[in-house]
Amino acid sequence: MTATHSVTTVEANPADGAGSKLGWAAADSWTMTRRELAHWARQPVQVVVGLVFPVMMLLMFGYLIGGGKGIEGDFKSYLLPGMLTMTMAFGLEATMLSVTQDLGKGVIDRFRSMPMNSGAVLVGRSIADMLQSVVGLTVMIGVGYAIGWRWSNGFASFMGAVGLLLLLRFAMLWIGIHLAMVAGKPELVQAVQILVWPVAFLSNAIASPESMPSWLGAVVEWNPMSATATAVRDLFGNPGAVGHSWAATHAEFLALAWPVALVAVFFPLAVKRFRDLSR
Amino acid sequence: MSDLDPAIVVEGLRKRYKDKPALDGLDLTVRAGTVLGILGPNGAGKTTAVRIMSTLLRPDEGRVEVAGIDVRTRADEVRSRIGLLGQNAAVDEELSGRQNLEMFGRLHHLGARRAGTRADELLAQFGLTDTGSKAIKQYSGGMRRRLDLAASLISRPQVLFLDEPTTGLDPRGRTEVWNAVRSLVGGGTTVLLTTQYLEEADQLADRIAVINHGRVIAEGTADELKSRTGGDRIDVVLHDTAQLDRAASVMPGDVHQDRDRRMVSASISNRMAALTETVQALQAAGIDAEDIAVRRPTLDEVFMQLTKEEAA
Repeated sequence: MTATHSVTTVEANPADGAGSKLGWAAADSWTMTRRELAHWARQPVQVVVGLVFPVMMLLMFGYLIGGGKGIEGDFKSYLLPGMLTMTMAFGLEATMLSVTQDLGKGVIDRFRSMPMNSGAVLVGRSIADMLQSVVGLTVMIGVGYAIGWRWSNGFASFMGAVGLLLLLRFAMLWIGIHLAMVAGKPELVQAVQILVWPVAFLSNAIASPESMPSWLGAVVEWNPMSATATAVRDLFGNPGAVGHSWAATHAEFLALAWPVALVAVFFPLAVKRFRDLSR
Repeated sequence: MSDLDPAIVVEGLRKRYKDKPALDGLDLTVRAGTVLGILGPNGAGKTTAVRIMSTLLRPDEGRVEVAGIDVRTRADEVRSRIGLLGQNAAVDEELSGRQNLEMFGRLHHLGARRAGTRADELLAQFGLTDTGSKAIKQYSGGMRRRLDLAASLISRPQVLFLDEPTTGLDPRGRTEVWNAVRSLVGGGTTVLLTTQYLEEADQLADRIAVINHGRVIAEGTADELKSRTGGDRIDVVLHDTAQLDRAASVMPGDVHQDRDRRMVSASISNRMAALTETVQALQAAGIDAEDIAVRRPTLDEVFMQLTKEEAA
């Protein structure tokens, strides 16, 4: 393919036919993913801080606060699935920040003025953010193991739990892209960075809804994060929050349904916003 | 496509944002291998026009062909033939110059190996080889702009769009970019550049289109535009500011005063006659001049004149 290029002329490889179109879409997406990997290589400190922050939270809640309200059994075993869920949910702000920065810098305009696959910008972003989340989960689970957390339901259930966590992250990714497209301003990113905290704490990630006033407990049980956390606890075989509501007893279903519904809403919205950049 | 065919054709281009028209029936033709300068004040529609021609924005109405290809229906084919230097640096600041160029090369589907060699060629061409591995955020303004320009040239475009290429650069950075553009044009590239600087259009462009409120209000070579508006001018510099009013009253033609430069200036039609008349009138009035010169109008004056006419 490169042998046909002379020194003085640059020609794109002929890209005709649906097969090669798909091939270029994959190649472009991989180039965009590599771009993110190169960012990590250039900013190792930021990457480490991003990994250490949730670990720090885990240790703080595990050792300093040392016991959730209304939880039976070992708090660390209750806490780790909650913190994993929270880490995935907080991915929203990371995605939103990166997309906002790209939109503000004009580099997206260059991508859009080139003969590349137009979806590759978003696909590359998704792959990179998902890879980062896999690394983040691995580190958290490793630290959890080191402080005494264990799972007891076998490998398949373990992978099922990891799958549900990544599914939640995938939903957050598209919400993040959409929010960045709607009002891609750094101020809005800050607002979201603050707002994710109450949303995260209005879940059963750290405390059991049983310990809360009943109206608040109901809100908490329907929070998508609670569904994922509860389902992940079940799959890991960790102690869970006691709950008798429909949402609490159908957590596995909701842990699938919530993210799928969120993706179904926000994926088309984000793609439409991206296309509308040419409006 | 032969050299005689136009590289850019724009006909009846219209674009509205909400209720505000940005382009209101823009017509342009750029011959292959030439430079067209689009000159206009802020908000005249320059950037909107460039964004439509470079496939970033869809027009409401009108026809745009770049390198003989319709930008609306065959955007991808246009994209592989154009380069774009936007107003904001369109590069990834976190990555190095080489990483940027290599990435853009891959996205132009040059293949991994060719993208690498092309990146090195461009770094050398723009004198950036030594800083190629530094992150762009450490670059100076001029270096950043040169890298941005290099990125627009990855695929050796037939048509290059430059949107205010030197806005925000110091004089040295500006000269660097001008030289780069000149050498490109020498290589046969068609260039469309927008600018607010009349000097820039005068320096780089073969033809100039003056636009205001989304329409072309005058087009021609710099010389044609200069003769179109009032023709030549005569400047008289006095020793004494106190005599400015009296000099203005005795001189023929449409007279302007410039107090800071102790100068009276008038538009004239016949150079010799105007010079003789002015000298005689000043002598008769007993006014002593430090300097008298007959000259072509500057593009600044042309521009003021054209926009004034349009407003009237």
